[in-house]
Amino acid sequence: MFQVRFHGRGGQGVVTAAELLAVAAFNDGRHAQAFPSFGAERSGAPVASFCRISEREIRTRAPIDEPDALVIQDATLLHEPGLFSGLKPQGYVVVNTAKTLEELGVAGIVKDLPANHVLSLRATEIAIAHLGRPLPNAVMLGGLAALTGVVSLAAVVAAVEERFSGAMRDGNVAAVTEAFHQTRVGLEALVAHQTSPRRTVGASPD
Amino acid sequence: MLRQIEGSRAVAETVALCRPRVVCAYPISPQTHIIEGVGTLVKSGRLKPCEFINVESEFAAMSVLIGASATGARTYTATSSQGLLYMTEAVFNAAGLGLPIVMTVANRAVGAPVNSWNDHSDAMALRDAGWIQLFAETNQHAVDLHIQAFRLAEELSLPVMVCMDGFTLTHAVERVEIPTQEQVDRFLPPFEPRLILDPADPISIGGVVGPGAYAEARYLAQARHLGALARIPELVDEFGRVVGRQSGGLVSSYRCEDAETIVVALGSIVGTTKDVVDQMREEGTKIGVVHLTTFRPFPEAALAEALEGAHRVVVIEKALAAGSRGILGADVDALVTNRGTRTLTVVAGLGGRAITEGSLRRVFGEAIRGELGAVSFLDLDREAVDRELARMAADASTPPSVARVFGDLRAPTARIV
Repeated sequence: MFQVRFHGRGGQGVVTAAELLAVAAFNDGRHAQAFPSFGAERSGAPVASFCRISEREIRTRAPIDEPDALVIQDATLLHEPGLFSGLKPQGYVVVNTAKTLEELGVAGIVKDLPANHVLSLRATEIAIAHLGRPLPNAVMLGGLAALTGVVSLAAVVAAVEERFSGAMRDGNVAAVTEAFHQTRVGLEALVAHQTSPRRTVGASPD
Repeated sequence: MLRQIEGSRAVAETVALCRPRVVCAYPISPQTHIIEGVGTLVKSGRLKPCEFINVESEFAAMSVLIGASATGARTYTATSSQGLLYMTEAVFNAAGLGLPIVMTVANRAVGAPVNSWNDHSDAMALRDAGWIQLFAETNQHAVDLHIQAFRLAEELSLPVMVCMDGFTLTHAVERVEIPTQEQVDRFLPPFEPRLILDPADPISIGGVVGPGAYAEARYLAQARHLGALARIPELVDEFGRVVGRQSGGLVSSYRCEDAETIVVALGSIVGTTKDVVDQMREEGTKIGVVHLTTFRPFPEAALAEALEGAHRVVVIEKALAAGSRGILGADVDALVTNRGTRTLTVVAGLGGRAITEGSLRRVFGEAIRGELGAVSFLDLDREAVDRELARMAADASTPPSVARVFGDLRAPTARIV
């Protein structure tokens, strides 16, 4: 079972992100279960959503206490208490930011994770470039797919195509694909720069 | 077709396959996605002929459906929580008039205190309204139960409530196989009403019944309910032949062979419990779980058979019956006390409180070791409760205040995790 917790703010498509990941996993032939955190829905308020992916039927309805991956769509949430709670020692973190995790002051929190499990992705910039709007949710899935391999790019693209139509569909497909390839490039660069042990995957070409 | 789909949307599409002629509802969370989905299907013309009637309240919604059903239309609505309570009078009338209305209850807690999260308080409050009550364990189950509900309702002239856990199921996106229109049509023939209000041939229904006949009318309702106990298993078999899947029924047992401890529960918590049962079985604990799909009529014989041989029965109760030992717990207890089996009621998941695998393991362990009282509350904040009890004992002049005492406890709902 691979369990993902998404964090963002109301209006950023946090619930949709978890649902898209579940559909992508389904497209890959896996079992998946997506569900939102059930609280007051207010624009801008912190929101969490969840996705489980498994080879077998998923029966549990318990909350995800020990995620394998965290997808943080809004970097202003990084210092919220409990944001990283329960993350597994070999877990993954994807942060939507144009800054480094050092600059954001959370390098210490992720320092014990494998270097190639931590990704800072300029998802909002990629979204604006392709959609004209700061909607980072689907973009983050491109990064997550490349970082973890838990779903294929084709499956994420198919999920986006099923969910959206018109310019939103085409823009998100292009954005997801760009995020996926940027992350791949970042991972390869990480392998090449092994002398820098705490360099995390910076997906943006620098 | 097998799809990855939100529970509410799966139910909406399934309801459309059942070809209701009149749908009438009022929005309330967490039911809203269902009725929005049905509304979209009506508006797009995918569900036709069907009239979707907007009303000003749940009471009006059920009242409109009573009228529509009496003219011979297949009818559907959905609601939750306060919405169900607000339509209460009409809910009883629908059953008393023998109208085969199908209603989804997306289960939610009831105020006060206001709470929009899941438990079974709403459906339990109306358990004696005369409706058949079916509980879905998964979204697949919810889909299948809705199709069976229309058939059952129309065969027995009884309204049917399909209960599915609000948010936990309604908002979960998971794998669901929705039958084809052809399959649904084969299983569910067109509604042939036994009673039709017709302006050309006027009759009156729902008139006064005096002391000379009221008891007999109620007895007949009881007889129709008990008839459902025989009919439901047959319909499950027929559904299986048409759709290729065994789903629904009175009770279903999981790993109860030789079980010394059997857990009884309603709805989606059974899924989590199955995982816990697997873990405990691996450690050699003889434990199983029974899901009560049909809660009203109460399937006494089937449940007694399912519990045969158990030393103790742990009932997970997602509602509070203030001043008594529980609703499901009391029903189960009445079955098993004669046989020397202990019934232990665990009130859990109230107002959306998460029920974790760890908490279930702990409470099952306590039950097995004989450490659990007849009625207990899962993961209760004992310290906060005791503090308020002590304060009330010391100063009876001030009223209890949820806001003051539990202000610190309400914080977790605002937490991001």
